[in-house]
Amino acid sequence: MKELSNQVAIVGVDESDEIGSLPNVSQLSLHLQSIHNAIADAGLKISDIDGIFTAGQHSPVLLGESLGITPRYVDGTTVGGCSFIIMVGHALVALYHGLCDVAVVSHGESGRSGTGVTRSRDTSLVGQFEMPYGFGGAPTYFGMITTRHMHEYGTTLENWADVAVSTRAWAGLNPKAKFQDPITVQDVLDSRPMFYPFNLLNICLVTDAGGAVVLTRADRAKDCAKKPVYVRGAGEGAEHTLVTNMRDLPMSRATTISGNKAFEMASVSHSDFDHIMLYDAFTSGPPIMLESLGFCKPGEGVGFFEDGKSTPGGSLPINTNGGGLSYTHSGMYGIFPIIEAVRQQRGECGDRQVPGASMSLVNGMGGMLSTAGTIVLSHEK
Amino acid sequence: MELQRPLPTPMTPEAMPYWDGLREGKLMLPQCNDCGKAHFFPRIICPHCHSRNVGWIQASGKGKLYSFEIAYRSLNPNFKIEPPYILAMVELEEGPRIMSNLINIEPDPAVIKCDMPVEVVFEKQTDEVTISLFQPAS
Ligand SMILES: [Zn+2]
Repeated sequence: MKELSNQVAIVGVDESDEIGSLPNVSQLSLHLQSIHNAIADAGLKISDIDGIFTAGQHSPVLLGESLGITPRYVDGTTVGGCSFIIMVGHALVALYHGLCDVAVVSHGESGRSGTGVTRSRDTSLVGQFEMPYGFGGAPTYFGMITTRHMHEYGTTLENWADVAVSTRAWAGLNPKAKFQDPITVQDVLDSRPMFYPFNLLNICLVTDAGGAVVLTRADRAKDCAKKPVYVRGAGEGAEHTLVTNMRDLPMSRATTISGNKAFEMASVSHSDFDHIMLYDAFTSGPPIMLESLGFCKPGEGVGFFEDGKSTPGGSLPINTNGGGLSYTHSGMYGIFPIIEAVRQQRGECGDRQVPGASMSLVNGMGGMLSTAGTIVLSHEK
Repeated sequence: MELQRPLPTPMTPEAMPYWDGLREGKLMLPQCNDCGKAHFFPRIICPHCHSRNVGWIQASGKGKLYSFEIAYRSLNPNFKIEPPYILAMVELEEGPRIMSNLINIEPDPAVIKCDMPVEVVFEKQTDEVTISLFQPAS
């Protein structure tokens, strides 16, 4: 699989026209705005798109139909919020083999307002075995993983709060972030109790937002409007839908499998990264991902968020857009860490630019660390 | 009386021995007749050895609290039990983990400990539906 490394580049990225609370914008419009904006960012035309990748309620067929194009490659793999990260890998393979020439990965979700949304999902397992006890909604599940981590490794509520504080510091440098005022560990500990071990500031936002990523083969990427950002490696993994069936609760097998595959394809090791984007639906997610990806021993992931390492000016910047915790989180957040990593690799990030960023890691989860997608991005080949 | 909890729905055919057992005050678990390991949720193939020779056993009802959360609010309008209540993941003696509520203990993280021994308590919801809750083992 190493022959896939650097064969494809991300050439266009953008969000929907606005992100936040958008009751007058339908979910489909969030998709179409994002695709329109990302294609313009690439210096391409919508008619150039011949591969459509999307997850969620809207099928890739509908996106093509809405755009008036007839794609020759479609992918609707919907495995949670990391689906879009996984789809960068799927697009890489399709582009490499010439199954399409210009691929767009699109996300649109009216997660806050529910505008133009029809809710329907299979509930036969959660409906029988979880909802009678008050389960339902991500916080009622992710806390299980978090409490067990605290039991096994002695992690504290203060440790998790460090993640929220660091991420908010980055949000303060991102004009698009919903919450920008700095917070302290004490603010997190004093925020409203929701589901122990989570208070309000341990949990991501709920917003309306879209985002899209445009990819093409490296030879064609050179002719696009912006500096290409090469996909050096991509991986994915899938373990469970019910968190009771996660084999080792504080450790995500899906993430380990996904990361190993991406690192091997990219021929990189942990110390090569100077910028990291991790899916942060909850403050405990990023440390557990770092552990599952092998950046440290189990239980030591919170150390990356202590002493200002992950914050602006720190030695290993993490979640530089302000994350799902403070920037935006529409529900399936995975497109947004890709967009941020590409902007960092291009050097477009203004006050929050990581100086000399040359190797970004993007790792996301679907469900409760149930699935994972990992990509390695660099502006250098 | 108004229901305090959403009823299990939709019940699936392969899970009926579980629900039938609860109605009779038994916690039933699917167990593979070939490799002898139990699993949960009910399904037609053993996730350990992939045999389709799956039967049922009555579980002891004993286990440990693998993990927990304390809910200070409810996200489901059909769940009417007043918060705070305890969301529990129980690891049964037979191996599988199931979700439940931990009852008859203070909803206080200083009191509730992972791996504490727990035992099943049955709670009738309707003539058709009984569910399994857990309390600290006596
Ligand atoms: Zn078996």
